[in-house]
Amino acid sequence: MRSPTRLTVVLLAILLLLALFPLFGEKFYVQLAAKVMIMAIFAMSLDLLVGYTGLISLGHAAFFGLSGYVLARFAPQYAAPSLWTSLPLALGACAIFAAVTGLLVLRTSGVYFIMVTLAFAQMLFFVFHDTPLGGGSDGIYLYAKPEVKLGEVALLDLEDNQVFYWFVLGLMAAVYLFLRYVLASNFGRALVGIKTNEHRMRALGYSSFRYKLANYMLSGTLAGLAGYLAAMQFGFVNPEILSWHTSGGVLVMVILGGMGTLHGAVLGAFVFILLQESLSNQAWFGPLAKHWQLALGLFIIAVALLLPRGLAGLAQWRNRHG
Amino acid sequence: MAETVLRAEHLTKRFGGLAAVNDVSLELCLGQVHALIGPNGAGKSTLTNLLSGDLAPTSGHIHYAGLDLAGLAPERISRLGIGRSYQKTNIFLPFSVFENCRLAAQSRRQRPWRLFNSALGFGDVNAAATEALDVVGLGGRREVKASALSHGEQRQLEIAMCLATRPQVLLLDEPLAGMGPQESQTIIALIQRLSASHAVMLIEHDMDAVFAVAHRLTVMVNGEVLASGTAEEVRASPIVQQAYLGDEHGALDV
Amino acid sequence: MDFYSFLIQLLNGLQYGLLLFLVASGLTLVFGIMGIINLAHGSFYMLGAYLAFALVSSTGNLFLALPVGIALAMMFGVGLEWLLYRHLYARDHLYQVLMTYGLILVFEELRSLIWGDDVHGVAIPALLAGSFPLTDNLSYPVYRLAISAVCLVLAGGLYWLIQKTRLGMMIRAGAANREMVQALGLNIKLIFTLVFAIGVALAAFAGMIAAPVSSVYPNMGAQVLIICFVVVVIGGIGSVWGALLASVLVGMADTFGQVLLPEYAGMSTYVLMAVVLLWRPEGLFKR
Repeated sequence: MRSPTRLTVVLLAILLLLALFPLFGEKFYVQLAAKVMIMAIFAMSLDLLVGYTGLISLGHAAFFGLSGYVLARFAPQYAAPSLWTSLPLALGACAIFAAVTGLLVLRTSGVYFIMVTLAFAQMLFFVFHDTPLGGGSDGIYLYAKPEVKLGEVALLDLEDNQVFYWFVLGLMAAVYLFLRYVLASNFGRALVGIKTNEHRMRALGYSSFRYKLANYMLSGTLAGLAGYLAAMQFGFVNPEILSWHTSGGVLVMVILGGMGTLHGAVLGAFVFILLQESLSNQAWFGPLAKHWQLALGLFIIAVALLLPRGLAGLAQWRNRHG
Repeated sequence: MAETVLRAEHLTKRFGGLAAVNDVSLELCLGQVHALIGPNGAGKSTLTNLLSGDLAPTSGHIHYAGLDLAGLAPERISRLGIGRSYQKTNIFLPFSVFENCRLAAQSRRQRPWRLFNSALGFGDVNAAATEALDVVGLGGRREVKASALSHGEQRQLEIAMCLATRPQVLLLDEPLAGMGPQESQTIIALIQRLSASHAVMLIEHDMDAVFAVAHRLTVMVNGEVLASGTAEEVRASPIVQQAYLGDEHGALDV
Repeated sequence: MDFYSFLIQLLNGLQYGLLLFLVASGLTLVFGIMGIINLAHGSFYMLGAYLAFALVSSTGNLFLALPVGIALAMMFGVGLEWLLYRHLYARDHLYQVLMTYGLILVFEELRSLIWGDDVHGVAIPALLAGSFPLTDNLSYPVYRLAISAVCLVLAGGLYWLIQKTRLGMMIRAGAANREMVQALGLNIKLIFTLVFAIGVALAAFAGMIAAPVSSVYPNMGAQVLIICFVVVVIGGIGSVWGALLASVLVGMADTFGQVLLPEYAGMSTYVLMAVVLLWRPEGLFKR
């Protein structure tokens, strides 16, 4: 295994490169990079569940979408919402949804958990698709990006492409650091213990249910952060962001990158989105580009059959065998 | 006079029509080893599961620390001071020996809200883990991955994890399973040392070991108590000799 | 609602539920016996519907299309199992989810390439195109009754197969203890292939007979899959009885939900699931 300092140096180098990117990158690519980083946050939140606690959620898009919808509903019709109020509201909604559904969902395990998480995400899909809470299949538009003001002074102009990029970069780095600390803490060690041998953890005196619930809430809230940023970037929300395609996609990112490593989730998000973008690029693939999901599907099947530990595992393997 | 810390009364566990444990009563005293013996399928492990909370009894009570443990969750029972080691090694294979014990010790001072403090930085937890490892004799194998340990060492780790939670009651389920004679001696000596400060329930098939450490003996057959008393009483009882121990000349007959 | 309207909805709910049962039984069998969670199971339902469309378009006869479709579906199942699914037997659920998710994408795109993205209809066969009169102005389509009848017969057949035949006994034994069955000389691989093919065929058959009433459209597989998951959660995984009961429950909840609370109809099945989870987290009939 790599020594921690080597990994740290690599990560810092990457962070520096990412920070400098908007200064010389084209607008389209800067926006794409921001999208990748938002998905990286989403993927890290799922890695908490899948990689560190062994809970395979196929419904993580529920939090992603819920957060976006809360922002869109809360935002005034013709003015920009305030970040200070809309973000905590969106995150709070996710935490509450995670608490309520977690109490039900965490009573199940294994395959049931997979199916039930998917089902609850689908339920939320119908809530926003059919009921007056959502805007139907068209969704809701966000008039303006949230503003970050202290009194009357604007601290950040999130409408600016570059500022938004750095805002997202900062948040992604913060989430990564935060999770690194959490996973090294008592709480994090207990989670890994639960993933490894839940029965023994309970026999040792740990309330595994409470740990899983707390983790589920943390994971859901972080996914909500990603969803909030995504809604900000797109400028609208629609029921599709709650679809199982979104849930499946983020799960693929986590596994592709190598679950249980955190940086694997970031890597997986990067590779997956890049793959999506290039396969659907009509300039490169012409009429075939419309059917890019075929190639993606085959790629995913290949990863499942051939790369059990994801790309991060591949790097580890190469390291060990020179 | 030995102080009774745990008293199980009329415990019964039914699975459908079958009573795996039928009206079993048992007492565990501080400073004593109470051995539970009987043929395979007699209900010993089921009884242990009832005491540790892995199963809830169909009827009966378990009095401990002023509470009735029957039906409580295993984590609650563990936190009350009852530690259990398993017949089938139940450790964290991917973790180091130290981490196995550290996790066990951490259970007493979980502090999950300290998100920004490294788990390895809690001195009291580390000390408890180290102590447990030293007591069983695994102090020199701290950094070894648990899956790389020999079978005997894994059984030692099994007990160490139990000890790291600083329990008052020790439920040891066949700790000598699969061990050679020398390793068994080490564990038997360990159990003798531990018995001074704990209330120990020992399930074992190794009769030499049992008679070396046990103060009290309960014999279970078909889910029921056949005989119970001091080691000498039970050993001398003709019913037990016929049913389980075999006659003086013969070998064990199940 | 008056009695006849209620009866109509009841029959609709039953028909929908029984169709769900055909699909869900395949899903729960494959999981119960081979330990594989197959996200692509809905795609087999879709395959059946598109096969019905293609075969009926060329032959003009649904009764002819059915056996051909089932045979094709079974061959497809055998091929898939040999090529891909047999690699999943010993694997973590995570990899099963991953691989079958990739398969969904592949199937959806193949469907798009072969049959396009339009919505298609399949004609109800003339023999069953009539209506059963209930009152002066209310009647019930014969075809829907036929669907329910066929599903019930199949359900009975499945029960007979699993409980009363030697094959069924081997299947049940294989589910309980794979190694022992192999040690006894029975070809567990063949059993698994057969079970998988039966699962595919059941789902495809359901898609075929449902096509005339529900149309043939993209994404129909995903919709049915998620509902099947709910059925399996409610019924208890591996339990065919549970799947039957749960399917009918879900069918009723969905149908009556659409009539009584149309805005909340989509959610009714999930609310039902949540209620069952509160009461019995492992389903109504734990295996």
